[in-house]
Amino acid sequence: MVRQDRKKLFFRILGESYIWLLLLLMYLPVLVLMIYSFTTSTNLGQWNGFSFDLYFELFNDHEVQVAVGNTVIIAVVAAVLSTLIGAIGAVGVYECKPWVKKTLDFGTQIPVVNPEIVIALSLIVMFVFLWGIFGNFGLSFWTLLAGHLVLCVPFVYLSVKPKLMQMDPALYEAALDLGCTPRQALRKVVIPEILPGILAGFLIAITLSLDDFIVTAFTAGPGLLSGDSTISTISTYVEGIIKKHPLPAELRALSTLIFLLVLLLVVGVTVFNNVKAKQGKKRKGRQY
Amino acid sequence: MSLTEKEKQSRSNQLSEIFALKRKYLAIPYALFLILFVVIPLLLIVFYAFSKTTIAADGTKTISFSLDAAVGFFTSADKWSVLLISVFMGIQTTVICLLLTYPAAYFLADKRFNTNQVLVILFIMPMWINFVIRTGATRDLLNWMGLSGGTHPWEATLIGMVYNFLPFTILPLYTTMLKLDRSQIEAAADLGANPYQVFTKNILYQSIPGIVSASEMVFMPVMSSYVISDTLSEGKITLFGNYIYLDFTNSLWSEGSFMALIMLFIIALSMLLTRNVDKDAAAARGGNLW
Repeated sequence: MVRQDRKKLFFRILGESYIWLLLLLMYLPVLVLMIYSFTTSTNLGQWNGFSFDLYFELFNDHEVQVAVGNTVIIAVVAAVLSTLIGAIGAVGVYECKPWVKKTLDFGTQIPVVNPEIVIALSLIVMFVFLWGIFGNFGLSFWTLLAGHLVLCVPFVYLSVKPKLMQMDPALYEAALDLGCTPRQALRKVVIPEILPGILAGFLIAITLSLDDFIVTAFTAGPGLLSGDSTISTISTYVEGIIKKHPLPAELRALSTLIFLLVLLLVVGVTVFNNVKAKQGKKRKGRQY
Repeated sequence: MSLTEKEKQSRSNQLSEIFALKRKYLAIPYALFLILFVVIPLLLIVFYAFSKTTIAADGTKTISFSLDAAVGFFTSADKWSVLLISVFMGIQTTVICLLLTYPAAYFLADKRFNTNQVLVILFIMPMWINFVIRTGATRDLLNWMGLSGGTHPWEATLIGMVYNFLPFTILPLYTTMLKLDRSQIEAAADLGANPYQVFTKNILYQSIPGIVSASEMVFMPVMSSYVISDTLSEGKITLFGNYIYLDFTNSLWSEGSFMALIMLFIIALSMLLTRNVDKDAAAARGGNLW
C-alpha cells in the first residue's frame, strides 16, 4: 500500500514537472519578449537599463496604429458577418431534407480541411477570372472581407450545429402550441438554446481573423485606415519587417500588451464560467 | 364574426407550415455563400491548372486547354524536391509534436493528478497571440542562442514549426484522453500486463483517434505554411506554401493552381486513409477551446 502511494506520488511529481517544463519552453520566446519590452536595445540579449520608452514609442508609431486599427476593424466586421451567415445557415439547414443537409455539411468541411494557402489562391484565381469578364475591379477591403468570411463562416456553422442537434425539438413545438408565433418561438426558444454555440462561433471567428496572414496577404487591396495603400494588418505589417530585420523593438511592447489582454480575457472567462457553474449547482440544489 | 376554434387551429397550422418552409429558406444565403466563395473558386483552380493564358500582340487574352502546368510540375526536379522536403518537414514536425504533447495530455486528463482546467488553457493560450509576432520572437531568440536560420535552416524551421503547432496537437489528444476508459487500463494491469504492455496494448490503442486528429491538424498546415519557413530559415527552405506564394507574386496562376490541386489531392488521400477512425477523430477535434 505504502509502496503504491509512493509510486503514485512519483508519477504525480513526474507529470507535473514535465507539464511545467513544457509550458516554460512554449512560453520562452514570449517571456523573453516581455522582459525585453522594458529596455530600448534593438537586439535581444542586450540590456540598456529599465524604461517604458518602447510603450511610449508605440503610441507615437503611426504605422503600427494603422495596422492594429485595420486588424480590429476587419476582425469585428468579419466576425459579426460570419456569425450571422453561419448561425442563420445552421438554423435553416437543420430543417432541410437529408440530402441538402449532407451536401451543405460537406461544403462546410471543404474550407475547414483546406490549407489556408489553397483557400487564398482559389479566391484570387476567382477574382482574376472575374476581372477577365467584368474588367479589373481590383482588390479592396471587400475582397479581403470575402477571404476572411471563407475562413470564419464554416467554424461558426460547426459550433452552432451541435447545439441545434442537442436541442429538444419538442421545445419549439411546445412554444408554438402555447401560443407563440413561429418567429417568437425562434426568438424566445431556439436562439437562447443555441446562444452558447453562436457566442463560441463568434469568438472563434475573431481569433481566426486576427491571426490570419496568408488570406490577408493574397486578397487585401487599398482601403480602410491605410488609405490609398494596401491594407496592412498586424500580421502583414510584422511579416514585412521580420523578413529582413529582427522584430522591431516597439513590437515587443505591442506583444506584451496583446499578451496581457489575452490573459485578462482568459482569466475573466474562466472565472465567469466557474461562477456560473457554481450558481447553476446552487439553483439545482434548491430545486430538489 | 369571430373565428371558430377549428378555423383558428387550421390557420395556425397553415402559418406554421409556411414558416417551416421559411425556416428552410434560411439555408439559402448559406448555400449561396458556399457556392460563390468555396465551390466556384475550387472549380476555377481545376480550370486554371489545366489551361494556359496566351496574350496576343494586340493585348487580347485567350485561355486554352493545356497540360503545361502539369508537365512542368512532374518534370521539374525543383518542384519534386520541394514536395519531398515539405513531406519530410511535415512528418518530423508531426512526430515531435506528438511525442512532446502525448505525455502532457495524458497527465492533464488524469483526474488524479490534475483537477483544474487552467493548465489546459495555459497550453492553448499562445494560439491567441499573433502567430507572426510569435514567429519573429522565436527567430530572434534562436539567433540570440546562436541557432540562426543562416547556419541551421532546417533545425531553426523545425523548432519554429513545433512551437507553432504544439497547441494544436495537445487539444485533440487531451479530449481523447479524457474519454480513456480507466477501468480498462486498471483491468489490464490487474490481469498481469506490465506498464509497457498496458501502454502499447491499451492506452495507445484507445488514443488512436486523438493521434490521427492531431496529425491531421499539423501535417498539412506545416506543408503549406509560408511565414514560419520563410522567416526561420531566412528563405533557405522552400515548402509547398512558399512555392504557391511565389507563383502568386509572379501571377503564375496555372502553375500555382496545379500545385494547389496537388495539395487538394494529398488531403483527399489522407482523408481516405483515415476514414475509419475519422468519426472518432472528428469528435476529438470537436471538443474545442470554448
